[in-house]
Amino acid sequence: MPKLTIDGIEIEVEPGTSILQACEQLGIEIPRFCYHERLSVPANCRMCLVEMERAPKPVAACAMPCGDGMVVKTNTDLVHKARKGVMEFLLINHPLDCPICDQGGECDLQDQAMAYGFDRGRFGENKRAVKDKYMGPLIRTEMTRCIHCTRCIRFINEIAGVPDLGAVNRGEHMEITTFVEKAIGSEMSGNLADVCPVGALLSKPYAFTARPWELRKTETIDVLDAIGSNIRVDTRGPEVMRVLPRVNEDINEEWISDKTRFAYDGLKRQRLDRPYVRKDGKLQPATWAEAFQAIAAKVKGVAGNRIAAIAGDLVDVESMLALKDLMAGLGSANIDCRQDGARFDTSSRVGYLFNSGIAGIERADVILLVGTNPRWEGTLVNARIRKRYLMGGLKVAVVGEARDLTYPCTHLGTGPDALQGLADGSHAFAEALKGAKNPMIILGAGAFRRKDGAAVQAAVRALAESVNVVREDWNGFNVLHSAASRVGGLDIGFLPGQGGLDTAGILAGAADGSVDVVYLLGADEIDPVQLGKAFVIYQGHHGDKGAHRADVILPGAAYTEKNATYVNTEGRPQTARLAAFPPGEAREDWKILRALSELLGTKLPYDSLPQLRQRMVEVNPVFGKVGSVVPAAWGAFGSAGALDAAPFVSPVANYYMTDPISRASVTMARCTETFVKSAESAQERTGTHG
Amino acid sequence: MRGRRWFGARKEGDEEAMAFLDRAARSLFLTELLGGLGLTLRYMFKPKVTLNYPFEKGPISPRFRGEHVLRRYPGGEERCIACKLCEAVCPALAITIEAEPRDDGSRRTTRYDIDMTKCIYCGYCQEACPVDAIVMGPNFEFSTENREELFYNKQKLLANGDRWEAEIAQNLAAEAPYR
Repeated sequence: MPKLTIDGIEIEVEPGTSILQACEQLGIEIPRFCYHERLSVPANCRMCLVEMERAPKPVAACAMPCGDGMVVKTNTDLVHKARKGVMEFLLINHPLDCPICDQGGECDLQDQAMAYGFDRGRFGENKRAVKDKYMGPLIRTEMTRCIHCTRCIRFINEIAGVPDLGAVNRGEHMEITTFVEKAIGSEMSGNLADVCPVGALLSKPYAFTARPWELRKTETIDVLDAIGSNIRVDTRGPEVMRVLPRVNEDINEEWISDKTRFAYDGLKRQRLDRPYVRKDGKLQPATWAEAFQAIAAKVKGVAGNRIAAIAGDLVDVESMLALKDLMAGLGSANIDCRQDGARFDTSSRVGYLFNSGIAGIERADVILLVGTNPRWEGTLVNARIRKRYLMGGLKVAVVGEARDLTYPCTHLGTGPDALQGLADGSHAFAEALKGAKNPMIILGAGAFRRKDGAAVQAAVRALAESVNVVREDWNGFNVLHSAASRVGGLDIGFLPGQGGLDTAGILAGAADGSVDVVYLLGADEIDPVQLGKAFVIYQGHHGDKGAHRADVILPGAAYTEKNATYVNTEGRPQTARLAAFPPGEAREDWKILRALSELLGTKLPYDSLPQLRQRMVEVNPVFGKVGSVVPAAWGAFGSAGALDAAPFVSPVANYYMTDPISRASVTMARCTETFVKSAESAQERTGTHG
Repeated sequence: MRGRRWFGARKEGDEEAMAFLDRAARSLFLTELLGGLGLTLRYMFKPKVTLNYPFEKGPISPRFRGEHVLRRYPGGEERCIACKLCEAVCPALAITIEAEPRDDGSRRTTRYDIDMTKCIYCGYCQEACPVDAIVMGPNFEFSTENREELFYNKQKLLANGDRWEAEIAQNLAAEAPYR
């Protein structure tokens, strides 16, 4: 453990710690541009120069490892002179266009120029100008502003694993470029705007729309995938202006996926802002009272077993519990939170959670992906696997679709028959799994969508048990869900009760007339034709498939517009907070259900959010520990049965459009156009295409 | 009270009696009135200081902070680049700006509103402006018959700029050495 002195303070640090990190431990701030704690260290900006005794010249603090007996000074005239010199060189070619730069107000260069910049330039020659590069529909470039810190290159190569960016030429002629003009093909490209310390790489949809000082910041969570990334929603007035990541080492570190970051403009379009009632075959605007009356007139007198409810993918736990209690009051057991028709055993919590935790991926040494494309279903899980891969010594194998996952992986097969090979040890990879210290199996939600979902679950459980995936100190059995509401719905028991119908049963019942009323709580992935002649109540925030079919529409709140609990795929309950109020007459979802319950004669016993949360804790104690994971005990789950030979299919066909919000988003439509459709047409191209 | 003073005056004697005579003489010969008339007469021969207001106006400083204008470049391109510094600095929160990329990719406002009923005419907006786009011009005659007319939008401000450009350019040139 090297012991050194920084500014007269003695400190003992771990071997390999850089001077800059040691300074941070002491609370001494060292200016920097190229150094980023999650990226490699190139030491090319020279802003972090410090003075060290017995060194002939200032040293770069970010790249100099601490040595025993070093004496470092960070606040001397020499240090200030060196930093001022570096700053002057950086500003020689940096345009003075802060007033039109989106980074203005949150720019590292701007901030540090206040401390180390001169008030006038001594550079009389012409400044350098660089042509802007095209980087796709998400990233806007202003390359003249680039200070060549190379953070973007390191991010896209190391974290995102898509080597699309690089630098050409040298010295003053150096340029960051995509080499050929192409969009950056990463689902994490939005983070480039965050890592760029100046205004060279910026968010394209956010361009020129707001300034950081006029935004109200709300710390909340994301629900567009099941990862539950921690985000900060910036609003101006009633409008969400942008979404930024928040650091949570257990979930998303400090990255978020592009859908999380850029789908927010979907919150402004296709919104349901008033109740509607279908009259004469057409949806007519109505008041809340009229909508409730229409529901009451239909529902009263209908037997409980002829009423059913399905919860969608973006629904919070509070409203699912309220709907569950309401349905129980109406005498119906036909409820299901798996609108995709997934079949799996929900009796044991361990059977549907990402048990090792997302951070646990870093401990794994062999990973088997079954029926999942983590790059699309859980971008940050994929980023974590890549991080683990970069640490070295990781073996990854895939059963299912063969895709580029940004790290090398062995493709074992497309269907469940490959699992058989692993279980009986006939496959070569079985040895690797058996010999692994911390083996991990990630089972995708797509594997449950099949008719033999429960059998796949059982087969994977048997495999997990045979290769020691589950030990006392390690549980590598992981399910990667693709819907934010799924685990919450399972935890709260939004599942068919005694003799109740599941999603498939409800749809069959609606088609043959044995189910009269279907309550869709934000469920949009259901084919409207399947609902037959049933009376459909749709409660949600977007005019998507569910609302088009509905007979009564109750406008609810989106995830940025309510205080609500969501459970991520790890089983971690997290609270989303209200950043903007719901539009028009839309209301928080649980309040709508509470109001409706009174009219239907089964008044729900809670009048406030704390009371409802109390009830949640009663139903499942995991909701008492918001933000932390309650580990689930291993148990038997799944039901062994014949496995279908059909290949596994990922539930995400188009990463950029998976839910009503992203389907309403213009930015996501542009991404679909650029990334998905162009990829599809590229496959059809022949060599003669330009 | 009055009786007492009379009682005291009699007791004081001569001085009080002289003061009484003084006052009486002044009243009798109308000296104060004549003094006033004399002053009027003197001013009749001095230059006039009053202005026949709507037809005549007093001189104003080049730094006068009157009605706001949004200026254009000589080529006709609007100067404002939507940096929002004026909005940020405005102590009365009178300015509202919305912006988005224009078709040619440049940064321009889609909305630039000043609530003239909120404005306190401090001039911080023109101090903050990096491109001399928002300027408080020499016009002080912009009273209206109702409040709504005082909610200026971008169109109104740009029209003001076109109307007052010559005077404003002259004022800015005059002030340039001191900025």
